[in-house]
Amino acid sequence: MTARDAEKASRATVRPTAVRLGLMALPLAFFGVFFAFPVASIVSRGLKSDGQWQFGRIGEVLADPETGHVLWFTTWQAAASTALTLALALPGAYVFARFDFPGKQLLRAVVTVPFVLPTVVVGSAFLALLGHGGLLDEWWGIRLDTTVWAILVAHVFFNYAVVVRTVGGLWAQLDPRQEEAARVLGAGRLAAWRRVTLPALAPAVAAAALMVFLFTFTSFGVVQILGGPRYATLEVEIYQQTAQLLDLPTAAVLTLLQFLAVALLLAVHARTVRRREATLRLVSAARTARRPQGAGQWALLAAVLGTVVLLVLVPLAVLVLRSFDGPDGYGLAFYRALASAGDNGGTFVVAPLEAIGNSAAYGLAATALAVVVGGLAAAALTRREGRLVRGFDALLMLPLGTSAVTVGFGFLISLDEPPLDLRTSWILVPLAQALVGVPFVVRTMLPVLRAVDHRLREAAAVLGASPLRAWREVDLPLVGRALAVAAGFAFAVSLGEFGATVFIARPDSPTLPVAVARLLGRPGELNYGQAMALSTILMLVCAAALLVLERLRTDRTGEF
Amino acid sequence: MNTTLRRALGAALVGVLGLPALAACGGSGSSKNSESSGGKGDKTVTLVSHDSFAASDSVLKEFTQQTGYTVKVLKSGDAGQAVNQAILSKSHPQGDVFFGVDNTLLSRALDNGLFTSYQAKGLDRVPGDLQLDAAQHRVTPIDTGDICVNYDRAYFADHKLAPPQTLDDLVKPEYKNLLVTENSATSSPGLAFQLATIAKFGDDGWQDYWKKLKDNNVEVVDGWEQAYNSRFSGSAAGKKAKGDKPLVVSYASSPPAEVLDMKPQPDPKDAPTGVATGTCFRQTEFAGLLKGAKNPDGGKALIDFLLSKTFQEDMPLQMFVKPANQDAKLPEVFTKYGAQIDSSATVDPQKIAKNRDQWVKAWSSLVLK
Repeated sequence: MTARDAEKASRATVRPTAVRLGLMALPLAFFGVFFAFPVASIVSRGLKSDGQWQFGRIGEVLADPETGHVLWFTTWQAAASTALTLALALPGAYVFARFDFPGKQLLRAVVTVPFVLPTVVVGSAFLALLGHGGLLDEWWGIRLDTTVWAILVAHVFFNYAVVVRTVGGLWAQLDPRQEEAARVLGAGRLAAWRRVTLPALAPAVAAAALMVFLFTFTSFGVVQILGGPRYATLEVEIYQQTAQLLDLPTAAVLTLLQFLAVALLLAVHARTVRRREATLRLVSAARTARRPQGAGQWALLAAVLGTVVLLVLVPLAVLVLRSFDGPDGYGLAFYRALASAGDNGGTFVVAPLEAIGNSAAYGLAATALAVVVGGLAAAALTRREGRLVRGFDALLMLPLGTSAVTVGFGFLISLDEPPLDLRTSWILVPLAQALVGVPFVVRTMLPVLRAVDHRLREAAAVLGASPLRAWREVDLPLVGRALAVAAGFAFAVSLGEFGATVFIARPDSPTLPVAVARLLGRPGELNYGQAMALSTILMLVCAAALLVLERLRTDRTGEF
Repeated sequence: MNTTLRRALGAALVGVLGLPALAACGGSGSSKNSESSGGKGDKTVTLVSHDSFAASDSVLKEFTQQTGYTVKVLKSGDAGQAVNQAILSKSHPQGDVFFGVDNTLLSRALDNGLFTSYQAKGLDRVPGDLQLDAAQHRVTPIDTGDICVNYDRAYFADHKLAPPQTLDDLVKPEYKNLLVTENSATSSPGLAFQLATIAKFGDDGWQDYWKKLKDNNVEVVDGWEQAYNSRFSGSAAGKKAKGDKPLVVSYASSPPAEVLDMKPQPDPKDAPTGVATGTCFRQTEFAGLLKGAKNPDGGKALIDFLLSKTFQEDMPLQMFVKPANQDAKLPEVFTKYGAQIDSSATVDPQKIAKNRDQWVKAWSSLVLK
């Protein structure tokens, strides 16, 4: 090695760190100002009185038996939901990974729709199904609303796709020949599966389980609507204490408690994800799927499809049916009402169709923000070494585990002075939505970026390309599709985001979910029907966005 | 974080993210009312309210014609949430006037110093018993509404049963299993109904009453939407959802709302639902000039306008409340299908503020556990 080569090599090791820090700067600033700062403001408002920290409050709230109850319920319902979701969705993951059947792409898009639907909509669909006078009630006299079962079932509905996509995505790429080889060598079917496939899948299952646990641990709308007044998660309690009772000290302590729990979960998640990325022999998904053979496989396929129909399609169908069930029998009455509501409605409901435009505009802005911030973050995270990187990774996920009311009220009290008086600015909504979108962008981009062979970059560098040029010429073409998928996910998530948006959406430009919630809050059949019709439209928009994504799907994208 | 640092941070970030550019290109989508109150000096007046606020465009236009001010409306959540948001942001209020603080929340707002005094024009046309801050005029009564038990006329006719009229009726055996109400902790009608029982049976008696109500199998759900639109058998939406409770805690204006919602517009003899007039709690909604308002003159003009006949007569069909101004006429659908309520219960706002949390807690552990 000549002296010049050595110098080049040392520069090459210094430079990536500098570049990485540079890439992190914008995401860090974004999270600092639009997440950490608002949340810290509202928490410190709660824990300070007359400029003095009141740490005594923490002990008081923690010692309250009510806090213990809430924490216990939050934890066990999340654990139960996760177990139930895994039990029902793992066979689905297998079927989607290994079998070819007509309509598979469409179905994979459809099972993902619930994941991006706002909980108000899902809540009303489930009430119509499980609640009083619902289908179950009518057929068998079974009512599940205000029971834990309704909450659990709805959680499965929401998170089915998380497991199917995370686990199924990897399963589809596991080379089946490895298992076949084990069998040729004399292992029984079960033993071969247990020794070969299971170890390869375990990290993905663990990662999916943790995501589901995180989502259900912080569940808000489902618990509030379906659980009735008797059940409360931490998230529900934080909402109550902040928005209804204005008991900020209690809310602050509960927020910190939730933070702690979520941080713990994310730490575990980061570990399993790292293990998951252990080298596996992956093949193209297209090569592993085939038509089911034999009665057993057909039965499995039928069972999975049956589960999907019952769990996912029926609730969605109830919603659609109700949107057509007009005052004079089935028809388009509610849709027509939607189209004309702006003419006579005064300031209450901006023509609901306008809400679709608002949602799309906000969604696009949020997507742009999320892709820029999340893309830079993912680029910075591509190299996995370093504690700093891991901490940064976890930080990006934190908004998923933070109460929307904390963020919404945090915005309200912290972004209130020029030049950051954004409270009445439309940009606030996309900002809040982008906070939720960024983790999805990062999760989608990261596996692809990490899969880019670093030797390609090195080769480019040796040939004299600057890091930027190497990135543009090597990484970008390879990740283009992943970027599109990430953008699509961010867009779909923005469309459905309800929690924070409801606190900050401008009344003259409500988003679709906010418009649905407002309609549901008004008396009369017409408003209810319009809410259902608008939900159906929202669902179709989400489904269309997801279907486009299915077409774009690359082999290595699919952590969600 | 100190202000200078915050500003510096903010300025840097706004620059980095190119927010101004984004704002410029995205603004076209929502340009209709997006003129900020600072922009054109004092020609915009901002009204902060809850989600139920509604007014006809023509009425708001009339205000602009009369005064030259354009109204910008900011709505945030239900009444409780809106008041709490206003309190949280009182050092930099989001607007000039707040509308929608009711008597159950009034003390919280006043104690937090949300409003400055202003004696509205036309206040002399408002009955004295509504003027709960008559000494200082920090708030102006704008409308009233009653929360009462509603009943499904068809159910009681079919069962040859007289509908209940009073709170005492509700605990009678013939009305067992019939009533659905809302959670006091999460729903403002739910709380109002609890307050009605506190007003009637006193600090010592209301818990006994609720024990009897519980024995009579009262059902509690979290929100009004669920109670009225899916559990109540008398509303159109509830009928469709096969609601099985012929009694629900709702508004006195719900029956006219049901009639208005029928299509094609019919002219029935009675509304499909009725009101048990002995179960009512009176809510009065107030407006006030926010302390630190950027446009206090516009705010004062707006409060005057809220109390004017034009706005007051538009209000009933927009928000289903009754005008506070005695000169304002109720629309026919209200006089024809609305109930005449002679005696509504009320509780002193200060007493509510003092006891609210404790009452709700006691109620929760008594009724929900």
